[in-house]
Amino acid sequence: MSNREEKVLQISGVNPRKCMKCGKCSASCPSYDEMDIKPHQFVSYVLNGRTKALAESKSVEKCLACFACVERCPRNVEPAKIIDAARQLNVRQRYGDTLSANDIPSLIDEDTPQQLLVSAFRKYKR
Amino acid sequence: MPMNSTESFAPKIVAFCCNWCSYAGADLAGSSRLAYPADVKIIKVPCSCRVNPMFILRAFEKGADGVIICGCHPGDCHYSTGNYYARRRMTLLFSMLEYIGIEKDRVRVEWVSAAEAVKFSETMNSFVLQIKNLGENVRLGDLRCKS
Amino acid sequence: MQRIGVFVCHCGSNIAATVDVKRVALAMLSENGVVFADDYQYMCSESGQLKIAQAVKEHNLTGLVICSCSPRMHEATFRKAAEKAGINPYMVEIANIREQCSWIHKDIEQATQKAIILARAAVAKVNLNSPLIAGKSPVKKRALVIGGGIAGIQTALDIADAGFEVDIVEKTPSIGGKMSQLDKTFPTLDCSACILTPKMVDCAAHEKITIFTYSEVENVSGFVGNFTVDIKKKARYVDSAKCTGCGLCQEKCPSKKALSEFNCGLSNRSAIYTPFAQAVPNVPVIDPLQCIKLKTGKCGLCEKVCAANAIDYTQKDEIITREYGAIVVATGFDVINLDNYDEYAYSQSKDVITSLELERIMNAAGPTKGHLERMSDGKAPKNIVFVQCVGSRCADNKGKSYCSKICCMYTAKHAMLIRDKYPDVNVSVFYIDVRTPGKNFDEFYRRAVEEYGVNYIKGQVGKVTPEPDGSLTVHGVDLIDGRQVKISADMVVLAAAIEPNASVRQLATQLTASIDTNNFLTEAHPKLRPVESPTAGVFLSGVCQGPKDIPETVSQAGAAAAKVIGLLAKNELTTNPCTAHSDELLCNGCSACANVCPYGAISYQDKEVNDHGIRETRRIAMVNTALCQGCGACTVTCPSGAMDLNGFSNKQIIAEVDAICR
Repeated sequence: MSNREEKVLQISGVNPRKCMKCGKCSASCPSYDEMDIKPHQFVSYVLNGRTKALAESKSVEKCLACFACVERCPRNVEPAKIIDAARQLNVRQRYGDTLSANDIPSLIDEDTPQQLLVSAFRKYKR
Repeated sequence: MPMNSTESFAPKIVAFCCNWCSYAGADLAGSSRLAYPADVKIIKVPCSCRVNPMFILRAFEKGADGVIICGCHPGDCHYSTGNYYARRRMTLLFSMLEYIGIEKDRVRVEWVSAAEAVKFSETMNSFVLQIKNLGENVRLGDLRCKS
Repeated sequence: MQRIGVFVCHCGSNIAATVDVKRVALAMLSENGVVFADDYQYMCSESGQLKIAQAVKEHNLTGLVICSCSPRMHEATFRKAAEKAGINPYMVEIANIREQCSWIHKDIEQATQKAIILARAAVAKVNLNSPLIAGKSPVKKRALVIGGGIAGIQTALDIADAGFEVDIVEKTPSIGGKMSQLDKTFPTLDCSACILTPKMVDCAAHEKITIFTYSEVENVSGFVGNFTVDIKKKARYVDSAKCTGCGLCQEKCPSKKALSEFNCGLSNRSAIYTPFAQAVPNVPVIDPLQCIKLKTGKCGLCEKVCAANAIDYTQKDEIITREYGAIVVATGFDVINLDNYDEYAYSQSKDVITSLELERIMNAAGPTKGHLERMSDGKAPKNIVFVQCVGSRCADNKGKSYCSKICCMYTAKHAMLIRDKYPDVNVSVFYIDVRTPGKNFDEFYRRAVEEYGVNYIKGQVGKVTPEPDGSLTVHGVDLIDGRQVKISADMVVLAAAIEPNASVRQLATQLTASIDTNNFLTEAHPKLRPVESPTAGVFLSGVCQGPKDIPETVSQAGAAAAKVIGLLAKNELTTNPCTAHSDELLCNGCSACANVCPYGAISYQDKEVNDHGIRETRRIAMVNTALCQGCGACTVTCPSGAMDLNGFSNKQIIAEVDAICR
């Protein structure tokens, strides 16, 4: 397993071998049609060493982080965390860890969901 | 008595396992090839209530570094109530161990059923680690028969 | 002084690959009491046992240590071999160097060292062994079967046909169990009631079978061959001896709002009821929570209309105590609670049902008289979606980790039956895997697809949304086609996981039979003793041991019956000679041991003793060896150290401790 795959597993905390390939994640995904790599394929992309393709896919941007797949997965695989980790690889590469907690208030408005704030902290933390 | 480093220190650990649950659990761990350190030596007893506190003190007297007692889960004892007696006796004994000069962490009681091979192996792994962290049982060194 | 022979088994390569067996044998020669040590390929084989016999003769051995697999495997074998060779069978000890050594360690040096220490402990123990003679205990020639479903019925019939008395205890008002609720059975599609009811009637008519319905096991004591069981017969408020089963009371009962348990709550029943028309016994019970007379004192209609005068509102629960030689557990299963599966909208829509509910809907005696109707509005559905693996094969905390085994087949059956009877109804099945290991099973599933046009979709359903127009939108995925699918359905059927009946937990405690983390009863050996519990005299039949379908349940029921017959055919059993005994010179008659004995095996006698020349009468503990099971609780409780246990004496265990710590 390459460095990149290990990184994704480390960031996401996911064990892709737990997947039994039932597809409930893809059945639950509201962005399914927008994605080029579907939620049930995330695990095999990591296992087969194609994380680079995953990180470069449209799916990275299209995942809403609604966590429906995490909630409903019968095997606790949590595919949203894989794609989130892939997204984080991109973010770290492109911008580095540059966001500080002080910058956040000026970037948000009242409608910003809390989930997003939490995610932002995870992604941009030093 | 020389102190060994954690790596080379092979503790002497006596495990009392009841015939009906834990001994069978250990057997299942064996047939499932779930490894645990060779430092653990099992003595079969019919029930955890057969374990006389004297056996545990004897083990420490003879140089054991840890003693673990495994029985059926409370409520599942083959003899209905044996593990309840074991639990009470061991609680009482353990509360006095420090006073006698033995670290409390050198003993443990665990409930392992015949089906819980994974639990048996995990328990033994963690107990051995715990004993390794404590190091050799030296506090009673002077009292021991040296023969 | 003992003359001990040590035999180290290679077990093919199972032991010899990780343990240097020759070194173990050699090391034992320098142990106290050992006069002979050898190793051999397979000690348990005939030639291995012959080796033991020869060594006993040549070296005049008095004790044996076999370093081999677990004593749970071959202790009995080697004890028999010892007996044949002329040594008391209890002069044999096993050092478990396979399960507890070679199989779990990789390092040869470490494993060999451990094997030597384990063997040393066994030698130290044998040095202190003394010959023991097993006692005899009589066998009560009657069996108890707990649970009156197809498993219990079949077990009882098989035991009774062999000529032994059998009692069935069933907690509902009728025997029949889950099978009586089914419409058709796979893979032959014969009608469930048609094949079950004759067996129920056979049970009731059999002179050797007594059925206690509406009854529960209250207490169990004793041991193999000699169980004493208290059975609680709940008040039926109907005299079974007088009732003719005419059914008039049920017709006239004004309280008809209770939900029928038999119809999975899809229809109502009266307060006085038999669960279904073919109930055995055909004697109704009064539900005290629903009966107006029992609740308010007014009404009494059933009493008035009963020509046989069988109604008795004063009936009380009754405890019946009976003795048994063997007990069979056949408590069966239930469908899991689906409250945690919000995404399938089970609690939001009446048209999302479980497969067991569908069985009732399809059944001619069910809530819809066998017409396929939606439970919400009675309309005929046009699109039906089946969802498999609901709560099975889950690693989360909502479902069960195991495969429920029967769902793939009954779903294929349902889909096929619907397409057969209503060819214009579209049927889709969402599956993860279709598991059909069984005779004619896969052929059956393929027929559903190929002949009946059932649409099997590889993928899972993510969500079921009830729409305002009463339809259900099923959001799923077709993994083969690579697209999300949205189906507008009128009915969704969930293949919910099955779990052991809840009563099994308490029962297992009463029987001291062990259960696994899923509450399935544990078998004595997963392969070789699948119908016996580790507790002697307790046997397992049906789903209480693990998920299985009807043919498997019936074969297991027969196997359990065969084991019971084998036990009951004996006039007496050899008892475990490893019992407690007290040293009359040390005993001070304090009663501590009697207080902890779970079997009441200890009593006190005034006995004249000769204590170093002083003759006096003392109160002394006496152990009834027929009752003592050898747990050893008394030995540790005894303040004066008078109590000891044969086979596990204080000295023996201390010798083992010393040998390990040496």
